[in-house]
Amino acid sequence: MADLMTLSDAIAELVSDGDSVALEGFTHLIPFAAGHEIIRQGRQDLELIRMTPDLVYDQMIGMGIARRLVFSYGGNPGVGGLHRFRDAIEHDWPRAIEIEEHSHAGMANRYAAGAADMPCAVMRGYIGTDLMAHTTVAPITCPFTGERLVAVPALRPDVAIVHAQEADREGNVQLWGIPGVQKEAVLASQRSLVTVERIVDELEPRPGGIVIPAWVISAVAEAPGGSRPSYSLDITDRDNDFYRFWDKMSRDRDQFTRWMSENVLGNEVSNR
Amino acid sequence: MSVATPDVTAGETQTIVAARRLRDTKTVFIGVGRPSTAAILARMVHNPDLILVYESGTIGAKPFHIPLSIGDGELAHTADSVVTVPEMFNYWIGPGRIDVAFLGAAQIDKHANLNSTVIGEYEHPKTRLPGAGGAPEIAASCGEVIVVAPHAKRTFVEKLDFVTTVGHGDGPGSRERLGFRGRGPTAVITDLGVLEPEPGTCELRLTEIHPGVEVDKVREETGWDLKVAEDLTTTEPPTDEELSALRELLDR
Repeated sequence: MADLMTLSDAIAELVSDGDSVALEGFTHLIPFAAGHEIIRQGRQDLELIRMTPDLVYDQMIGMGIARRLVFSYGGNPGVGGLHRFRDAIEHDWPRAIEIEEHSHAGMANRYAAGAADMPCAVMRGYIGTDLMAHTTVAPITCPFTGERLVAVPALRPDVAIVHAQEADREGNVQLWGIPGVQKEAVLASQRSLVTVERIVDELEPRPGGIVIPAWVISAVAEAPGGSRPSYSLDITDRDNDFYRFWDKMSRDRDQFTRWMSENVLGNEVSNR
Repeated sequence: MSVATPDVTAGETQTIVAARRLRDTKTVFIGVGRPSTAAILARMVHNPDLILVYESGTIGAKPFHIPLSIGDGELAHTADSVVTVPEMFNYWIGPGRIDVAFLGAAQIDKHANLNSTVIGEYEHPKTRLPGAGGAPEIAASCGEVIVVAPHAKRTFVEKLDFVTTVGHGDGPGSRERLGFRGRGPTAVITDLGVLEPEPGTCELRLTEIHPGVEVDKVREETGWDLKVAEDLTTTEPPTDEELSALRELLDR
């Protein structure tokens, strides 16, 4: 059963130095508050896994808490690049970071394989690209048809952290809108934390709603506004201006460090 | 609402040319930026039944505004169906259910292969770009691919620094050898004109030039010895309807 905990207790209990951690949420429901709490608690040497690093990993990478990054698209959606991600890869600032990159299809299938407790996923993809030589993917032949396919290894993070609109008091979680790979990430991981906008007495069925039962979740923490500047459909709006602001502000190392110090490190409850 | 004026920008022409390509398309897969604008414009002017599919899992989205990200709330709210990422790639893109996909890139070579990974060496990149995203599988499996990119020498290069996405590989037969289902890139729409693969060689050549652009200018901005089609046409200038719809959309 999921324990209802405060966000800081949940991070303290579930995330340790050196862990592989997947904060998921595909352009929606991105768990920023949890990412900020990990930074505040000073976790180090993390392997960060996420299809789209987005601003949340740009912040974590820029604060030097990642030793490795597994991803498929490191951009600021609709705006441009991620400057802290780039600086880490191009100039080892603030520390060198190892990368493993995939296509979206590859990452999605890796999570799905992890959720199914399969060693790998079989798919069409990667063939003919230079990615084949630079990542964990292997050619495989279909034993039934002879078709040439590829296999990608399952993802099994130590911890998955996702954000959802609501949970009930038992810790059952419901999310709706763009569902990304959150359910797969939770099921693929050894431990999981779901932060939610609100705790309710009863989950009300929503069109397209995905319910994750409490018994596959380690902890649920209430974190209103916890996906900002991403959003939680029907509760908060995506802060597109912030994504544009980030592009300008984060280009400069000192400006970035100052912003993080003022807006994340100094904040008990962060909503950005 | 703005009124169409004769001073059309190159970017407006590029968007409108991209929108026109969707006249008879049933389903289009789009990222953000100019392709998204083009697809919304196509729904307004050329093809009201066009089905927009965004990578975020929103199938049949009907945005009134141009979204900043592929995950904007309006896309989920207006979609016919919203699916997970594994479902998007395994059930919708992989089986070739989408007719046309728009892609962009930092580098394009003469066989319309694309680089969106690094400029320079992979291990020590001069510029680290965002990476593959959905592009490799989208380009392999969607019915056809239309590339939208600014026409510049640093983009249209002789040799890619990294092959993120295969277009026509090293020429005829490449896609078949790799087992790809889609036809691959059928056009590259730039702010100067339109390049299309030449039947027989799959090499991109200039087939359409935007009004007021000189062929020499296009050659100058292309990093290989660009062939020009014998029947090169000049792009039909944007109509008042197209222009005012585009400007109204951008003003929303």
